[in-house]
Amino acid sequence: MTPDTVKKIIEENFPEAILGEDPESTPLALTISGSRIVELCEFLHSNEQCYFDQLACLTGIDCGEESGKMEVVYNLYSIPFDFQLMLKVELERNNPVIQTVSTIWRAADWHEREAYDLLGIQFEGHPDLRRILMPDDWEGHPLRKDYVEQEKYHGIQVKWKAENE
Amino acid sequence: MSDTSFSTTGGLKTGEGGIIISQLDDLLNWARLSSLWPVGFGLACCAIEFMSTASSAYDLDRFGVIPRNSPRQADVMIVSGTVTFKMADRVKRLYEQMAEPKYVISMGSCANCGGPYWEHGYHVLKGVDRVIPVDVYVPGCPPRPEALIGGFLKLQEKIRGESVLRPKGLEKILKERNDA
Repeated sequence: MTPDTVKKIIEENFPEAILGEDPESTPLALTISGSRIVELCEFLHSNEQCYFDQLACLTGIDCGEESGKMEVVYNLYSIPFDFQLMLKVELERNNPVIQTVSTIWRAADWHEREAYDLLGIQFEGHPDLRRILMPDDWEGHPLRKDYVEQEKYHGIQVKWKAENE
Repeated sequence: MSDTSFSTTGGLKTGEGGIIISQLDDLLNWARLSSLWPVGFGLACCAIEFMSTASSAYDLDRFGVIPRNSPRQADVMIVSGTVTFKMADRVKRLYEQMAEPKYVISMGSCANCGGPYWEHGYHVLKGVDRVIPVDVYVPGCPPRPEALIGGFLKLQEKIRGESVLRPKGLEKILKERNDA
């Protein structure tokens, strides 16, 4: 399997799904429209020509306030074809919502919880969208560019301050 | 080595009926410092050093130090590693479950002051002494087993100076109250 065949398969079945391509990236990185992400992933997962049966990683990126965007990145791997594919979906930074893919790959469950915990991306249809790393009552999402940590947690000062030492 | 601390601080051997006369403080201190049982738990890479300290190569047993897997039967807590805010509540609870007299050894830079996470580690408690009182700080990242043993020896030194009848901490608090 080559990058071109994968692109062709997607274009044939999901016209207008591919919004862009990063020519320098390895593996092949395609920017995908988020509206039909579940259908597309389901297709890539079960189609005989590609069989992307493993979700190696799912992560999120905050592109900053100026761009007004957040990204969700899917790293797929096809074990039968030994082929890697990266999908990127751009979301609105003010309202980052996307459908969950945990129904297709169970591995997405915890990865999506992490993206929710650290970036505040909402995954619709997720079975159990709770924080996974930070405490349940933590305020804010630490990997957002504009994140400012809270002053106190359970009465303990969060920041290290020289005058306290 | 624990025997010397007992016999050099005023112990008297009569040679009759195996009676040894000593001070109660010395006896209690000797007993306490010779069987420091730490709570058997670890938090991060320091715990690996803690484990190797307990291994036969460094033989922590020779000081009477045996990890005890219940806080209620332990005497000392070794905070071995990075304390996250999520873990801080649990560490505090473990400490509260320990029976008096209890001691705390803060092991490694993370537990001492936040270590490499002091500036950007939003999730890390900047020193375990913000939630529980610490007796001995062991520096290092992570400290070698020798350093941890050094921490135990320091703690033993501290316990050796304690007094049941005249507790220094209590006297200090009373003095502060009287002065105020």
